[in-house]
Amino acid sequence: MDKTIDIKDWYISNFGEFEKRLNGGKENSIHQKRKEALSNFSKLDFPTIKDEEWKYTSIAPLLKNNFVPSYEKKNVSKEFVKSLLFDEMEHSLIVFINGRYSAENSVLLNLPEGVIIGSIAEEIKIKNEILLKHFGKYADHQNHIFTALSTAYTEDGAFIYIPAGKIVEKPIHIIFITDSGDEKILTQPRNLFVAEKRSQVTIIEHYACEEESTYFTNAVTEIVTEENAVVDHIKLQEESKKAFHIARMEVDQERNSNFSSHLISTGADLTRNEFNARFNDEGGECTLNGLYMIDGTQLFDAHTLMDHAKPHCNSHEHYKGILDDKSRGVFNGKVIVRQDAQKTNAFQENNNILLSDESLINTKPQLEIFADDVKCSHGATIGQMDDDAKFYLKSRGIGEEASKGILLHAFASDVVTSIKIESVRNYIEEIITKKFN
Amino acid sequence: MLEIKNLHAGIEGNEILKGINLKVNAGEMHAIMGPNGSGKSTLAQVLAGREEYEVISGEVIYNGRNLLELNTEDRAREGIFLAFQYPVEIPGVSNTNLLKTALNEIRKYRGEEELDTIDFLSLIKEKMKLVELDQKFLSRSVNEGFSGGEKKRNEIFQMAVMQPKLAILDETDSGLDIDALKIVANGVNKLRTKDNATILVTHYQRLLNYIVPDFVHVLYNGKIVKSGGKELALKLEEKGYDWVKNGKLEEVVNQ
Repeated sequence: MDKTIDIKDWYISNFGEFEKRLNGGKENSIHQKRKEALSNFSKLDFPTIKDEEWKYTSIAPLLKNNFVPSYEKKNVSKEFVKSLLFDEMEHSLIVFINGRYSAENSVLLNLPEGVIIGSIAEEIKIKNEILLKHFGKYADHQNHIFTALSTAYTEDGAFIYIPAGKIVEKPIHIIFITDSGDEKILTQPRNLFVAEKRSQVTIIEHYACEEESTYFTNAVTEIVTEENAVVDHIKLQEESKKAFHIARMEVDQERNSNFSSHLISTGADLTRNEFNARFNDEGGECTLNGLYMIDGTQLFDAHTLMDHAKPHCNSHEHYKGILDDKSRGVFNGKVIVRQDAQKTNAFQENNNILLSDESLINTKPQLEIFADDVKCSHGATIGQMDDDAKFYLKSRGIGEEASKGILLHAFASDVVTSIKIESVRNYIEEIITKKFN
Repeated sequence: MLEIKNLHAGIEGNEILKGINLKVNAGEMHAIMGPNGSGKSTLAQVLAGREEYEVISGEVIYNGRNLLELNTEDRAREGIFLAFQYPVEIPGVSNTNLLKTALNEIRKYRGEEELDTIDFLSLIKEKMKLVELDQKFLSRSVNEGFSGGEKKRNEIFQMAVMQPKLAILDETDSGLDIDALKIVANGVNKLRTKDNATILVTHYQRLLNYIVPDFVHVLYNGKIVKSGGKELALKLEEKGYDWVKNGKLEEVVNQ
């Protein structure tokens, strides 16, 4: 019997079980969305490599594992949580373990009036109006089976609300820790961040695991940046090399909003990161930077879509990859400049270094321009380590491995240096150092 | 200090050096001159240990050791320094980072303790004056966006910091205006001691107005065809390289 059908059926037939456990989260419009999403889920098929958007990424290994949600409560050591924090940085911390909010590990600083940082499960229960207004509005679950699954089984995740004019100076650090033990569990962080007019916030979404176990993270993050809001988002993916990670981020940008995204990833067994941003009004600015460093038999796939729907917006996208051993990478970056979107500036670049003969990258930068007064460029490079530079360093007495480390560090540096917070940069520098030295 | 015996070397199957013999003692300054394509840069690269070059036969003895058995980094750690003809741009690596890493790798190799930041900075500041480089330069990426003159000054600055026993300067004078040339030459002269040696590889005699060599060697078609004192360089300048190519070397030199 086909196992793919098995697991799909499992989710459909166990929905009742899931509903029973929700106690209190059912009597509102969110639950209506769950049911709609389940119905969509049942109609959709899991993608195969015959789908253009999944051409180089087969999820067959994921489906084979029959990941299911776990209701067992787990805890992790304080030391481990501490190891994930950034030195010398004051911040609000919210921790999720196996997809569920962990109050005992979370620390909230004094926040400006009206700011909410917390668990989406709680906000569903109390029928937070902001949540009800925005939830599921940006991440469409009609055509996307993983989002349909996330929406149908929505349980917990981070909810951040910054009211108009409020500035949260200290970054908000959200950590998702998965500890699946011997079970093969599914966790579905479901996040919603709403930054109202003229507000400002920095959010770090951090995925980690204490032990190298096999699990499936299916994350959906919706971000609303209203007029003149400034949102800096950093995603750190430091997951188990046996894990599966499928994530989708939807960003809605209103007039003169400024959004930046940095994705730093050491991958999983299979990673798919989808990022979609849409300029809904004029004057928006979007920075989209990424760094992926993979080896072994890891597969990392980044799909990005920058939708210039309105004029006078700027987007800058720069993704960089370092691939070793038999790892495979996919970069598919699309920029659409719609007919109305005159005076658009859109730049996109993807650079890759292949450290081995057997590593592979499929890169596809795409520009679709329907306006005639725009400035756009895109490009992709695939190369090896620069032998001249390596010889230069070695001729100064620096050993082979150290030279390699320095050069890879340097390659990664322009993605890292554009992160504004020094202690986050230092943390990432350490990840890179650990990886290449 | 260095003895090259009948060295044959090449790249991708082409033999470029066809039997080089050269002896360099501590305290000496040797100039190697010759027309383009004579093998000057190949000799410099082979001595520094560039892997793309293949040594076909011959020996290079450096301070009693077989130099050809050492890898590039160990040659540097043993005191060999190559000033590049075309210094490599390395975006994302600051000059400070390069120098600090290099110095500490060398110290580790020699069993010495790492330099602390204060000692490192005072060393750097002292050496920067030698080639008239600005402080700001330290935080810039290695050679990135440098002018030709800045790149060459940077090479001499690195040399000053690393204090090599044997420095090989590969066309360090090429492309420099007279002011930059004087700065570079002044740096090289100040670094000269009775314990170290320098090999200047150059196409032009001009540099030798500022750095006076003890010996001048003419390299042509992979061989040293003539050796002499500093006056040999003047003759080369006056007559050009054509007569070397025409085989009239002895004639001219003996005029």
